[in-house]
Amino acid sequence: MGAQNPEAKYNVQIYDFEGIRPLLEKDNDTTYVINFWATWCSPCVREIPYFDKINSKFAEKKVKVILISLDFPNQYDTRLIPFLKERQIKSRVILLDDPRANRWIPLVSEKWTGAIPATLIYNSHGKEFYQKVFTYEELENEVLKFISN
Amino acid sequence: MKKFVLFLSLVAFSTTTLISQGYTIGDKAEDFRLKNVDGTMVSMADYPDAKGFVIIFSCNHCPFVVATEDRMIDLHNKYAPKGYPVIAINPNDPEVQPQDSFEKMIIRAIEKNFPFAYLFDEGQKVYPKFGATHTPHVFLLNKSGDDLIVEYIGAIDDNTRDASQVEEHYLANAIDALLAGEKPAVTETRAIGCTIKVKK
Repeated sequence: MGAQNPEAKYNVQIYDFEGIRPLLEKDNDTTYVINFWATWCSPCVREIPYFDKINSKFAEKKVKVILISLDFPNQYDTRLIPFLKERQIKSRVILLDDPRANRWIPLVSEKWTGAIPATLIYNSHGKEFYQKVFTYEELENEVLKFISN
Repeated sequence: MKKFVLFLSLVAFSTTTLISQGYTIGDKAEDFRLKNVDGTMVSMADYPDAKGFVIIFSCNHCPFVVATEDRMIDLHNKYAPKGYPVIAINPNDPEVQPQDSFEKMIIRAIEKNFPFAYLFDEGQKVYPKFGATHTPHVFLLNKSGDDLIVEYIGAIDDNTRDASQVEEHYLANAIDALLAGEKPAVTETRAIGCTIKVKK
């Protein structure tokens, strides 16, 4: 039904941390690239096309990108959805609405101080956390390490 | 191939050091001398009566900073008279984030009528010593003899976005503990913030 309706494509789900937690702990044949970002974070916004490119380029290699937005929920309609439409983002996007960050940041990674952008790459063989800004080449190199395992 | 391996190890190295550098609880903090929005140069040594400092790496542009500015003002107004003034430091490179220029810091300080010093980490020499990674990022220092000891690192409280929903006042609790002559019960917390902007 979504294919007929361009609006539905950008109907981003809103979860608290318990809602997204299963996405960080899947044990199957897929490599998950989870990026924490926000539309107001300029280095994040620069990286978003790189993640989207990874999502399409490596889809056959069972790589899935999930973009977890930390935008303020009251900017869902005014910023997040227009941004995704304008950039034609194809990856799955989830809005994480959970202000008790001190509880859930360490559950994503003990290494994460809370700065965004932040990225988690994992599959059933391993897991790596990155508190950094990627170039496309750096990101692809990291993903390749996981899918050549 | 050798070059490629070297490159990969460099990337791995920079990733880990980015996260782990800087002060940990119990470390001695070095003083700094940075330009304030009023044009003067400010050091912690300029506050001989202070018992310690609330150092907050801050900036103009970050929505999580904007959401907490009023709390920074309230904290300063409450705790500066008790010996723990707030000192805010903007660590961002304005060439990367033009909203965080010194001129715009002055405008923001006037708009919000900041009662505390708002310093510019020109040349980005100070924030790496602390190990600040984002704004807002708090370091609570306590004087012990001639030393300034790091006693708390992290968030102002448990709800950056919405002051009315705060349940745990981590920073205020830590300062209250120091005022009572005790160690803070919670010494490290985390919150989402804007990564410090550095030229590539």
